[in-house]
Amino acid sequence: MKSRWRLPLRIVALGYLALLVVIPVGSVFYRAFQHGFIAAWDAVTTPDAVHALWLTLLVVLIAVPLNTVFGVGVSLILARHRFRGAWLLDAFVDLPLAISPVVVGLALVLVYGKTGWFGNWLAAHGIEIIFSFPGIVMASATVALPYVVREVLPVLQEIGTDQEQAATTLGASSFTAFRRITLPSIRRSLAYGVTLTTARVLGEFGAVVVVSGAIAGRTQTLTLFIQDSIDNLNPVGAYAGAVILAIIALVVLTVLGADREGRKAKWRSRSDQSPSDSEMPLPSTTSVLMSPMDH
Amino acid sequence: MRRSLRGALRPAAKATGPTLIVTYLSLLVLLPIAAILSKSFENGLGSFWTAVTQPEARAALKLTLICSLLVAAFNSVAGLVIAWVLVRDDFPGKRVVSAVIDLPFALPTIVAGLTLLSLYGPNSPFGINVADARIGIVFALAFVTLPFSVRSVQPVLAELDRETEDAAASLGASSSVVLRRVILPSVAPAMLAGAGLAFARAIGEFGSVVLISGNLPFKTEVASSWIYSLSQSDQLSAAAAVSTVLILIALIVLGAIGIVRRRFNVGEAV
Repeated sequence: MKSRWRLPLRIVALGYLALLVVIPVGSVFYRAFQHGFIAAWDAVTTPDAVHALWLTLLVVLIAVPLNTVFGVGVSLILARHRFRGAWLLDAFVDLPLAISPVVVGLALVLVYGKTGWFGNWLAAHGIEIIFSFPGIVMASATVALPYVVREVLPVLQEIGTDQEQAATTLGASSFTAFRRITLPSIRRSLAYGVTLTTARVLGEFGAVVVVSGAIAGRTQTLTLFIQDSIDNLNPVGAYAGAVILAIIALVVLTVLGADREGRKAKWRSRSDQSPSDSEMPLPSTTSVLMSPMDH
Repeated sequence: MRRSLRGALRPAAKATGPTLIVTYLSLLVLLPIAAILSKSFENGLGSFWTAVTQPEARAALKLTLICSLLVAAFNSVAGLVIAWVLVRDDFPGKRVVSAVIDLPFALPTIVAGLTLLSLYGPNSPFGINVADARIGIVFALAFVTLPFSVRSVQPVLAELDRETEDAAASLGASSSVVLRRVILPSVAPAMLAGAGLAFARAIGEFGSVVLISGNLPFKTEVASSWIYSLSQSDQLSAAAAVSTVLILIALIVLGAIGIVRRRFNVGEAV
């Protein structure tokens, strides 16, 4: 297209981004610190806020490792074995991305809630899942299930098993072969997948709000605290809580962006011809989110 | 002796991993989804139908579908413009702009809702108040689906042969003709796929919508809010029925995207 279109289009594109994303996100920072840093600090150091923060971190500490192990396991199975129903396993791993988080929460209630499938059995054994901590972990783990698989599986498929087989032939146990050969080669994509998983778990709202009951000081995560603060006319608390999550999101973006640049550079130095963008195996932040459907 | 014991144990050890994986998947995904389906039909097809066609459910589903369609259509045009600027234009800070496009993905949805509320809510510095209004839902959905729309056309646009455009232009084609006859036909399948992804995402959206929409029944209550309020008032089969409708729509749209991609060879987006 002619260059006289360049400037108007640039203005339209940047204007839309500014109005839709940049200014709104900036305004949250402004509102949080509108009444000074002290007010914002006080708002996120109330007992309920601190509890919400710790609870969120605890959920991350449990859900992310579980999903990581699961993700690597599923990737290994899908990359290394041909079996009937492999596509089904693949599809089911992606399913949480296609489903509304509220529906994910409801689905867990229908299985583990008081009137759910396992309700009687759980009650008889004194186990409480819904309206309790385990439910929050399960809801967060479910919505974040696909991320590690989406990142690690393509890499595993690409590297094949030659080196690992060579190692086992030379007497390495399969665990050693995995640790010394496979793990180093998927390290980058694994880190990427874990980062995305963490971001999703930290920020999950819809699924958690259904299963948690959102009891302040007990089952209230940071995202629920934000909503509760808005409902209870404590905007500074809401905005300050949002700033914490927004900063984490910005850090995640920076890490992923730097990682993407790193991969680009690595690819360039490896190949002689200058690759076009299409040849470059460039997973973007969105790749994982897009392949099946969202986040 | 030892070897034979190990030989006997190996199949068992080998099966442990897959068993654990299937168990984890079952506990988190398979059983819950099965429970949704079984719950929505537990009182027969008739009550399923009643649940999804009762006035409030119908209003919520209609609003959700209309807003999602609007946003998918609008954002695919906006996405094309932004992708074009990212691919063809050059200006300082382009990398920052590229990161900004991914921000809605990284930002928790409730924070997204709050950002829009703070700027376009009752205390809007611009005097634009879209809280408790349907247009507010469109704002929220546009925010969360923006990355789909941009990232699905961007790689196709980057691959596009510029010489064809230059040739067309040198033969006297105006910009609008080049756009219509050269650019659009090549990016249309990718735009369609992006719009589908945005739509599928939009129909289930909750966190970003809940604060700005106010969830007024028959006015600003989207399907996921309606499911939420049903689940809060213990009307679980009705909630499951509406959920089933959402799941079906999403799966149909995603299936259609798969067909578009294979047919036009668009491939997985980025």
